[in-house]
Amino acid sequence: MTFEQFIFYLLATIATVAGLMMISVKNPVKAALWLVLAFISTAGIWIMAQAEFLGLVLILVYVGAVMVLFLFVVMMLDINMAILKEGFTKYLPLGAMAAIAIFALMYMVLGPEHFGLEVTGNPVIQPADYSNTVALAVPLYTQHAYAFVLAAVLLLLGIVAAIALTLRRRSTTEVLYQDIDKQNKTLAVDRFRMVKMEAVVEKDIVTKEEDDK
Amino acid sequence: MFDALQAFLSGFLFDWLAIVITLVLQAVSVVLPIMLVVAWLTYAERKVIGFMQVRMGPNRVGPLGLLQPIADALKLMTKEVIFPAQSNKYLFIIAPVLALAPAVAAWAVIPFSEGMLVSDINAGVLYVLAVSSIIVYGTIIAGWASNSKYAFLGALRGSAQKISYEIAMGFALVTVLMIAGSMNLTEIVNGQKGGFFHWYLLPLLPMFFVYFISGLAETNRTPFDVIEGEAEIVAGFHVDYSGMTFGVFMLAEYAMMILISFMTSIMFLGGWLSPFEGIPFLEPMFAWVPQLGWLAFKVSFLLFVFLWLRATFPRYRYDQLMRLGWKVLIPLTIVWVFVVGAMQYFSFGPWFN
Repeated sequence: MTFEQFIFYLLATIATVAGLMMISVKNPVKAALWLVLAFISTAGIWIMAQAEFLGLVLILVYVGAVMVLFLFVVMMLDINMAILKEGFTKYLPLGAMAAIAIFALMYMVLGPEHFGLEVTGNPVIQPADYSNTVALAVPLYTQHAYAFVLAAVLLLLGIVAAIALTLRRRSTTEVLYQDIDKQNKTLAVDRFRMVKMEAVVEKDIVTKEEDDK
Repeated sequence: MFDALQAFLSGFLFDWLAIVITLVLQAVSVVLPIMLVVAWLTYAERKVIGFMQVRMGPNRVGPLGLLQPIADALKLMTKEVIFPAQSNKYLFIIAPVLALAPAVAAWAVIPFSEGMLVSDINAGVLYVLAVSSIIVYGTIIAGWASNSKYAFLGALRGSAQKISYEIAMGFALVTVLMIAGSMNLTEIVNGQKGGFFHWYLLPLLPMFFVYFISGLAETNRTPFDVIEGEAEIVAGFHVDYSGMTFGVFMLAEYAMMILISFMTSIMFLGGWLSPFEGIPFLEPMFAWVPQLGWLAFKVSFLLFVFLWLRATFPRYRYDQLMRLGWKVLIPLTIVWVFVVGAMQYFSFGPWFN
């Protein structure tokens, strides 16, 4: 077993175990964390397959941003696990059948018949200065430029829609808004007012006591 | 040097064992100096801030207080690690590890001088970004595993801050990649050859500040240390941590500070290159300075700025912090991406040839 094979089997084992734990563990937060581990080990396998750009972007985008937001939501929800697990045994045969069917479909499409070594040939081992990033970028910005721009516009639309849905302005009697520009432009002069007052002289203690009497 | 060692070891060991031993030795030879720098950076911080506030700083342990970091480490290690009764023990232990491990792993691609690095990968910048984006899990898991609402609120606050500033940071790096035309850190430094005016500092001056400010926010340093907030909110996600588990969070913070300083020097300040290249008298005068020396000088200056800012600025309010990240820094970086595009189109200055 070469060192590469050792690393591959290590990462593959971690990814499989993490995937199984993700769907079997009870706590949704822990499930999300197992999914993160599955992502990281998959990224490792991609990097070993000389797709370092995809592997690193998987970590950067999915692990670093998407799963964090996911965790935010899952952590703040008060999920009653007992209700979620209800009817698990009842639906187990149906679920198992669906899983087997999907696996069979995937095997037929992605199996050795179409993607075996006899069909595709041995993977090409690229030299050290081969850049996967350039190999991805060149077709993306030339051949598929329009599709790329279209996808970008779709994402922008998503952002605008999300902001438009959540943006609301309530009356100032309900909520106090801050005018940040006004706050930034404040000068010390505006906040602080010097007042000239007459000095108030207190009576000394002896006379005070006499007054009380 | 390590190739020779690996060849020597594989003479009488399994190949994979020789590779593992070499890799471990390489990792130790990078991580050990970093950890020592971290230790004495805490000392430097207390001394620098002490002098700025007309105090002495630590001066009891050893000459000039130089052994203070060792005393601190011993104190942290001998303290009891308290586990909150209702906490999740495994995640409670894993969280500080997840904070420190990426801060150390990122050093695998950082070049200390020409050819002096563990791994010269051609997506180096992306690797550093990807690995340092994992750090946020240390924060978020620590807050959740403590099973306390205060720690949890602190975790939400801290991780939201980190992922917000990561965007500005990434965009600032995009402009560097546009000029350098490469994601390899060695090539980025070599693209800045030719003295001070060839550095990426001048065409990317706003991006230099954006990157450094985002770095301050990423490492939770003043003025963005709402994660600690010792005077008003008393810490955040690590409020339930004690002893060395807390110490590991601090180690991670300081290791990230050094990493950010290294990245800033490599991206904008010409890395290990001398600022006097191409200047008649000054260049031979400073020819004796080793490459590592220049890089160390630039990094120390940036680290000093970290400490200087801490002694100078009050803390940002949380909404102001978020506004700065999303409404000021991110639009600025997007505008500068277009500016760099225009500069590239018109072959502006010595940077775009």
